[in-house]
Amino acid sequence: MSSTRYQLPDPTVPLTDDLIMRHIDDNSRVIDLGCGDGRLMQRLSDERACNVVGIDVEQHNVTAVIRRGLSVVAADLNKGLADIPSDTFDFAVLSQTLQQVQRPKELLTEMLRVANRGLVVVPNFGHWRVRYEVLRRGRTPITQTLPYEWHESPNLHFMSMHDFRDLMQSIGLRIVKERPIINGRAVDRPWAANLRADSAFYLLERSSAPTR
Amino acid sequence: MISDEQEGPAAPPNGVLGNVQTKYATLFEPPHELTFQVGAKLGPTTVAYETYGTLNERCDNAVFICHALTGDAHAAAFHGAEDDEKPGWWDGFIGPGKGIDTNRYFVICANVLGGCQGTTGPGSINPATGERFGLEFPFLTVSDIVSAHSELVTHLGIRQLLAVIGGSLGGMQVLDWAVRFPDQVRGAVVLASAPKLAAQGIAFNAVGRRAIYADAEFANGKYYDGEGPRYGLSLARMIAHITYLSEDSIELKFGRRLQDSDRFAFDMQKETEFQIESYLHYQGKRFVQRFDANSYLYLTRAMDYFDLSEGYDSLADALKSVTARFLVASYDTDWLFPTAQSKELVSALLQVGKHVSYTELPCPFGHDSFLIDLGPLTEMVAPFLEQTQLAGRTSADE
Repeated sequence: MSSTRYQLPDPTVPLTDDLIMRHIDDNSRVIDLGCGDGRLMQRLSDERACNVVGIDVEQHNVTAVIRRGLSVVAADLNKGLADIPSDTFDFAVLSQTLQQVQRPKELLTEMLRVANRGLVVVPNFGHWRVRYEVLRRGRTPITQTLPYEWHESPNLHFMSMHDFRDLMQSIGLRIVKERPIINGRAVDRPWAANLRADSAFYLLERSSAPTR
Repeated sequence: MISDEQEGPAAPPNGVLGNVQTKYATLFEPPHELTFQVGAKLGPTTVAYETYGTLNERCDNAVFICHALTGDAHAAAFHGAEDDEKPGWWDGFIGPGKGIDTNRYFVICANVLGGCQGTTGPGSINPATGERFGLEFPFLTVSDIVSAHSELVTHLGIRQLLAVIGGSLGGMQVLDWAVRFPDQVRGAVVLASAPKLAAQGIAFNAVGRRAIYADAEFANGKYYDGEGPRYGLSLARMIAHITYLSEDSIELKFGRRLQDSDRFAFDMQKETEFQIESYLHYQGKRFVQRFDANSYLYLTRAMDYFDLSEGYDSLADALKSVTARFLVASYDTDWLFPTAQSKELVSALLQVGKHVSYTELPCPFGHDSFLIDLGPLTEMVAPFLEQTQLAGRTSADE
């Protein structure tokens, strides 16, 4: 797999898609950052009657989304979202992509500039298996959610759930909802989430944003 | 549907368009004259156009092609008049199984108002005086060009176009069309274009016009009995042609190679020593044979004046009324209509919640890329047309 691609061949994709779908209101305006071939966009359009725009850097993905009859803008998330006007969307989706961009902090800020709410799914580097792999083997861990050799991984950043919370606080974003994904299930308030979650889902808002 | 015109020729079995003929429609018969943006009235006017493919029964497969500054109605196939004839200017893109598939779509291309390839322009006879218009022709804007195209579509019995497609000045027409006649356009494809011409574009146009004005043969536009401003017009074309290429493409194609020799001639009289010189001279000379200097003045001015946001608070405000889906593409080496201008358009469309897809295509051929690099365009335009048609049928069935 090319290291420039944003989308992971993640076995938990249907789960995270469902999770994201559940948190998006019908008829809302959604921007899918790193939309890939538009799989999730199609569902949002068909099942939720959303007005969806995809962003992707790969021309073959742009073409794939056009073939679905959906709207897509070619852009590199590493260069920010300068061409997307502020407050244009109700929701911005960033699924399994944050760890692959060069400046995650800037992108999160940008995301909540263009949209009122952000939906983010990221792998959790705090998972016990990851820690165990590092300790036991002394090597970069390869797990189900982090399935790459270090030299061919598209992932540039590794964060735990604790790290993510700290970052949100420092850039003034509020975590409205946090759902750790454990063994293929999104769990509400589990014990030792940072040890047990393979990845985590977050619903974000600007701290100053009024509660909707 | 098309009662007074002959049917477009059916595609022969080998998948190539048969020979086509340019057709002529007479529009805006008094008292229904065309009212120009400046208020002048003109009628009747002739519009030269060609069609490819067949209009279907639902009447939802018509695609209109807007040509660029010096193009014409002959967009595809051959006229069959000469042996060494070249096909229409977008023949690689329009035809059976091509990007704009004539097996599926009914394609129309018309020469612009103010042009000189069959549609009424400054070189036409002014019925009021019996002489050629010259500079008496009304001041022309992109909106006036689109008004004439729009009337042609109605004349052909088509209520709504599946799409309007154009590059460069053609893209400006697409934008104006989508804004002023939203009910007539389902899809808008804007290639290597912009919502307004930037200062650099105006600058190059100004130099081209100056070359024409400064030619003694220009005679204030009343040159039709003489040779006309051949030097001025060819110089205008030479300058413009440079802006259509890119540094890379010009380097690749010509480099510093000499035309006739391996050595410099050290001759101040020799004007075509480098290959690039010879090429530009050739382009200028050929252009003079097919183009009218007055049309060049009018059309470049129309381009300069074009600003989609004119009369609105903002570009986004101007686009509020559009109902068409948009497909926008720019080219990374195009410095005449740079990517930033397409992005400005896309941003404004997103801001007002319109359906838009956009990409910047990599291609070394500069502004001319949209005429040359047809593979990536086909990949996007073909599904865009297909999906736009499908969406139209779905909403019609509901």
